[in-house]
Amino acid sequence: MTSETEFAIRASGLTKNFGNLIAVDHLDLDVPKALVYGFLGPNGSGKTTAIRLLCGLLTPTEGSATVLGHEVPGDASQLKPKIGYMTQKFSLYGDLTIQENLEFIADVYSYPRRDRRARVEDLIERYNLDQQRNQFAGTMSGGQKQRLALACAVLNRPKLLLLDEPTSAVDPKSRRDFWEKLFALANEGTTILVSTHYMDEAERCHRLAILDHGKKVADGAPAELQAATGMSVVEIATDDTAAVQFELKKLPEIRSITQLGVRLRALIPDSRKNPVAFIESHLSSLALNGKVMQVEASLEDVFVAVTQDDEKLDTAA
Amino acid sequence: MKNFSRLIAIMRKELLQLKRDKLTFGMIVGIPVMQMLLFGFAINTDVRNLVAGVANEADSHLSRQLIADLEQTQVLRIDYVVASPDELESLLRGGKISIGIYIPPDFDRRSIDARRSAAQLLVDGVDPTVLGVANQIRNLPLKFDSIAGQKERASTFEIRPYFNPEHRSSVFVIPGLMGMILTLTMMLFTAVAVVREREHGNLELLINTPISTTQLMTGKVIPYILIGLIQLTLIMAVGDLLFSVPLRGSILELYIASSVFIAANLALGLFVSTVVKTQFQAIQVTIFFLMPSILITGFIFPFEGMPGIIQVIGEALPTTHYIRLTRGIMLRGATLFEMRMELLALAVFTLIAMVAAIQRFTKRLD
Repeated sequence: MTSETEFAIRASGLTKNFGNLIAVDHLDLDVPKALVYGFLGPNGSGKTTAIRLLCGLLTPTEGSATVLGHEVPGDASQLKPKIGYMTQKFSLYGDLTIQENLEFIADVYSYPRRDRRARVEDLIERYNLDQQRNQFAGTMSGGQKQRLALACAVLNRPKLLLLDEPTSAVDPKSRRDFWEKLFALANEGTTILVSTHYMDEAERCHRLAILDHGKKVADGAPAELQAATGMSVVEIATDDTAAVQFELKKLPEIRSITQLGVRLRALIPDSRKNPVAFIESHLSSLALNGKVMQVEASLEDVFVAVTQDDEKLDTAA
Repeated sequence: MKNFSRLIAIMRKELLQLKRDKLTFGMIVGIPVMQMLLFGFAINTDVRNLVAGVANEADSHLSRQLIADLEQTQVLRIDYVVASPDELESLLRGGKISIGIYIPPDFDRRSIDARRSAAQLLVDGVDPTVLGVANQIRNLPLKFDSIAGQKERASTFEIRPYFNPEHRSSVFVIPGLMGMILTLTMMLFTAVAVVREREHGNLELLINTPISTTQLMTGKVIPYILIGLIQLTLIMAVGDLLFSVPLRGSILELYIASSVFIAANLALGLFVSTVVKTQFQAIQVTIFFLMPSILITGFIFPFEGMPGIIQVIGEALPTTHYIRLTRGIMLRGATLFEMRMELLALAVFTLIAMVAAIQRFTKRLD
């Protein structure tokens, strides 16, 4: 079976409705093993629901998924010992100490009794929790809570880690450290599915899927996605950003325009040839000055390019 | 004016939230209506159909006449006919009857002598209502009296109160109080058990581990059985030291009965926890159960005085059976074997509540 060997997760047509809301809409997914795979999407794009479907916490309305060779949610009980899950909200016990939380999780996973102590010590050291080992989890900082949650999620040496916006409550330094830990785990062979709405985090992933309104609108390696936006990205340096932005927004060819300090960044579909010349001539016809140059697409540009509806909504609002 | 609009803002918000909390909204209507119906009918201090047994050693026309007269008052319902007063005592101890009517072999002769009482009432002296009933019927006139024109009889029956000769009400109240205290505390422990973890987000993590529903549910119940037994010990110690409540039966049997009762309440609480959505709702439902546990279990008001349908509801509450067990074991020295049906009822209740809780709890979020 190829799904057993190559892919940690395969989903086809995975759909979840909550009443009239389609939270996840015919999601097809192939997550190769031992990679960090990202789910990038705005709030409400279905990231959490998709993760919950994949660990068998929700029953799909339609479609199916195989995770580590097990059908979910049907074979979820066989899957549970093999996965680690970090919920979006801190879900360990605030009134237990770090060590007690880890020991509890070890027991819940029936971690072999004689290796338990060594495993807990190893995790406390690996995730820099030694100083706080006797502190109640509820009184820790965001970064410490996150390290504890990750330590608990990996305790049973899962083959697959599902992390739901793990870095939403931590500072940039903690985020960097956290990602280093994730790559270390991936190098040891763990497959990691991580959801985020941070562009810089998405860029770190080996591969990622962009979700929007429950649909997967793009997937691939970040560089591939950036190369294949189907958009030209031009930057316009100008003294009068407000006037230029106002005028360019009127053009139907311009897909989106956003300000970065004294520069404006515009997305123009590839169908319009010579985008730089096109903008320059348009500006000069309006007697506005500006220095126009083509730049490489960032992941944010990819994101904006593929999440069309949101852009329209934002402009309307 | 500004202050007023802020006040209105809070009031509007409270009402909106209330409207959306369906269970609380239901409680606002349900608690007064249901409790009024239940207790308006249930609370009846006029006792009828108190279960009685009779040992008629005289077996004469006159004695049969007396028994028929007693039944006609409808205060008593004779469910047991036995041969000897010893058997009446054993029925009394097992809680099967509240009053035993003993008619001695020389009944006819005694009934001629107006200074002597002609027969005996063996009364469960623990329950003041039963004593009241006994006093009410002790002067029931004998048919013989009207024939003979005698009016000056001391009394027809001699009353022999069992189990509480000093007529102390603490003796009656405390075994029931044990049930009350345990119902409240035990149900609350588990009623909030699942919702608390759901509110704190722990549950989502927990159900993603290999732990099974049965392990999770049973693991939440067992520690509290021990806590309950500690509470029981405290109540018993205070009952003994301050109120001198007797323990005539076996202490081991009392602890066994109590363990099953505690488990029943914990299982019920756990089931509640799988139904409600917030800890606040869990507390409301617990109170909803606590009120009938006080009023229609025989704790304060006599069970026999309640209409049939209320008795059926009462039989479905674990506290009813536990109060019978504690009064039996502590006050009447009954054995668990004699009261096995009550214990069985508690065990069945526990099993049903536990299975229902496990069935309702899924390791899914939808």
